[in-house]
Amino acid sequence: MTNADMSDVVVEQIRQAGAARRPLRIVGGNSKTFYGGADTADTVLSLAEHRGIIAYEPSELVITARAGTPLADINETLTEHRQMLGFEPPAFGTRATLGGTLACGFSGPRRPFAGSARDFMLGCRIVNGRAETLNFGGRVIKNVAGFDVSRLMVGALGTLGVLLEASLRVLPMPEAELTLAQSLAEDQALAAMNRLQGQSLPLSALSHHDGRLRVRLSGAETAVAAAAARIGGEILGDGPEYWHALREQALAFFAETGDLWRLSVSPAALLSALPGRQLLDWGGALRWLKTDAPAEAVHAAARAVGGHAVLWRGADKTAWLSAEPALAGLQSRLCAAFDPYGLFNPGRMPF
Amino acid sequence: MTIASSFIRLCRQIVGDANVIADPALLRVYECDALAAYTQLPDLVVLPDSVEQIPAVLRLCHVHQIPVVARGAGTGLSGGALPVPGGIVLGLAKLNRILGVDPINRTATVQPGVRNLAISEAARPHGLYYPPDPSSQIACSIGGNIAENAGGVHCLKYGLTVHNVLQIKLATITGELLTLGGSGLDGAGYDLLALAIGSEGLLGVVVEATLRLLPTPPRVQVLLAAFATIEQAGAAVADIIGAGLIPAGLELMDNAAIRATEAFVHAGYPVEAAAILLCELDGQPEQVDADLARAEALLRAAGASEIRVAADAAQRQRFWAGRKAAFPAVGRIASDYYCMDGTIPRRHLAAVLAEIATLAERYGLSVVNVFHAGDGNLHPLILYDAGRPGDFDKAEALGGDILELCVRVGGTITGEHGVGHEKLPQMCVQFQAAELEQFHALKQAFDPDGLLNPGKAVPTLHRCAELGKMHVHGGRLPHPELERF
Repeated sequence: MTNADMSDVVVEQIRQAGAARRPLRIVGGNSKTFYGGADTADTVLSLAEHRGIIAYEPSELVITARAGTPLADINETLTEHRQMLGFEPPAFGTRATLGGTLACGFSGPRRPFAGSARDFMLGCRIVNGRAETLNFGGRVIKNVAGFDVSRLMVGALGTLGVLLEASLRVLPMPEAELTLAQSLAEDQALAAMNRLQGQSLPLSALSHHDGRLRVRLSGAETAVAAAAARIGGEILGDGPEYWHALREQALAFFAETGDLWRLSVSPAALLSALPGRQLLDWGGALRWLKTDAPAEAVHAAARAVGGHAVLWRGADKTAWLSAEPALAGLQSRLCAAFDPYGLFNPGRMPF
Repeated sequence: MTIASSFIRLCRQIVGDANVIADPALLRVYECDALAAYTQLPDLVVLPDSVEQIPAVLRLCHVHQIPVVARGAGTGLSGGALPVPGGIVLGLAKLNRILGVDPINRTATVQPGVRNLAISEAARPHGLYYPPDPSSQIACSIGGNIAENAGGVHCLKYGLTVHNVLQIKLATITGELLTLGGSGLDGAGYDLLALAIGSEGLLGVVVEATLRLLPTPPRVQVLLAAFATIEQAGAAVADIIGAGLIPAGLELMDNAAIRATEAFVHAGYPVEAAAILLCELDGQPEQVDADLARAEALLRAAGASEIRVAADAAQRQRFWAGRKAAFPAVGRIASDYYCMDGTIPRRHLAAVLAEIATLAERYGLSVVNVFHAGDGNLHPLILYDAGRPGDFDKAEALGGDILELCVRVGGTITGEHGVGHEKLPQMCVQFQAAELEQFHALKQAFDPDGLLNPGKAVPTLHRCAELGKMHVHGGRLPHPELERF
């Protein structure tokens, strides 16, 4: 693992970009460029060399690393101490960095049971559009001093500031894990998933597609065994491989042609009929939809149940996110408060 | 009275005569929150009794440029609901309806004035509960919990308020109603929900919230471990977490706290111990059994002189009775106390407690410690006598020193109570000028005229300079061309 503090170089590049009013495209490992709107900046600001774990105290359950640190390095270090990133972030390749992971804010199958990327964010150091280096949050679990800018950075696609480093809460790895499967139609699976989530069980993932409900259990060996006996179903030998493939979108479902939509809705929501096929993750709260339906129809279907949709992978990304008009003005003022010259990733967010 | 009578008339038109308080004798009730050391008589109190009235009142304040301080149950401990001169207090206590519990999706939708505990009571018939449990949960309201990002005993395992809210409706100062978050587990665009939570009433007024509910754990068990030294107890906390065990609660009481509570509630605590840890485990029965065995082994290895496992629910409640009665118990041994709230990395627990004792001695005051050790959230209770001239000033100065100590070891000046009015001086210690400027710029995006809870949570640079905490060197100030000092 290489270590290098490139903060000064990054700040200087942002200062110059600001002086010239020349926007920057922020890049880490370039593994998630497919997501969001098209970036219109020509000049690249690379964070890939700005890397290294700065602090890690297993007894504090906190790790601090530079933005360009490969996600793989972080996972490896944590594994040595039987700890993990609780939000189980997808990497989409081997080049994913911590900064990109947080800027996108994606969370894996464990999310409903352990928390999201933003839930684990404790603090960060950023550079704003004025080339000022700022610290927010910290390295402790409870901290309510000042506005929660650290969590605001998660999912902002780099448009509010350049992440230099971040401190994340980590979790101990469970002693045991087990995956159960049973054949169920989609509506039955949805009901079953919500029934399970209403009970105190050591659940850590719940998915459904291709007519199979899959349940992951995590915890003490005895607790996992007792819960498995209560839930029933076939024990899957390749459970870990399955959840990895789901998280990394390596399942055949994701390779099928057509637009791929991501719908975040209440876990028991019944969506109005849209053409296509769907995969349920997050115990029903996340729906992956392959459909030819027009963007407005998908956005409307999600909105009708109080949720939202984003076009994850598709030909025409102009309507990837449907920004609520009431919020658009506020979001753009907020962006200007951090990046008054519009330097960072113009075009990635619709405001 | 600086508020014009014409403005008062317009308020009465919106909320009705009975819901506007202008009589100075009745205004007295609203002059402080639970931090009674700071008082300010409000000019006017407006108490909407329907959600629709809130945007209307805010719009009116915006048009007339009247500052607004939102107030829930008034249990805040940092002066966040302290009125501002020339402003109104917008009391939300009448909006106390639970709008619905959805047992299938495991959510509750409530108005801001609903008490924290009432949410779990409404969810109980469905086998569900709302996890964040501030100590004041019997009285505090969810709107205030959201404004302060409240914590509690169980947030080590179940998170703070920010981890348990799915959606809020926020009224802006211009009277718009924004929906932040959604029915799913995440929203789209910037995470304004996370930003609004803990923003201390500076960005908007929460008028409705949808909260996540969890299944009630079928089994709860509590261990009480006694230690001969604070160092051992502090090390035991780090050992437990480092070994991969995350208890539902892990609380520490020092000898002074043990003695005060034992004399008050007779919980059967070992009064000779330098410290006790209360360790709560919950979940599926098999999981609790496994965790209990590990916790006991870890506490024993850390040098616990005595370990008790509650034999039944009654004993479990007795173990907790002392912890829960700690504040009133301390109230019996001192005429006044001042409760601080800072967080530190757990591994510094013993050293920080020792340093607090040294500082207290220097000021000639006593400090009692009873706090959330599992997440390093300290609550030193500084004992003083308000009747003795200068005593409160000493307590305030000692409190400030303790918070600065927290920052020095890598912690923060507030873990769950908020900055409010109380901790403005220490904000200048934790944050640099450019960071405070960024906070002000962020606030402006929501409230350009600075009418929502002005002067709270984020100090002006001018104030920091006055307090001598902000060291500004020539070119390091972001906008040296602006006149500030």
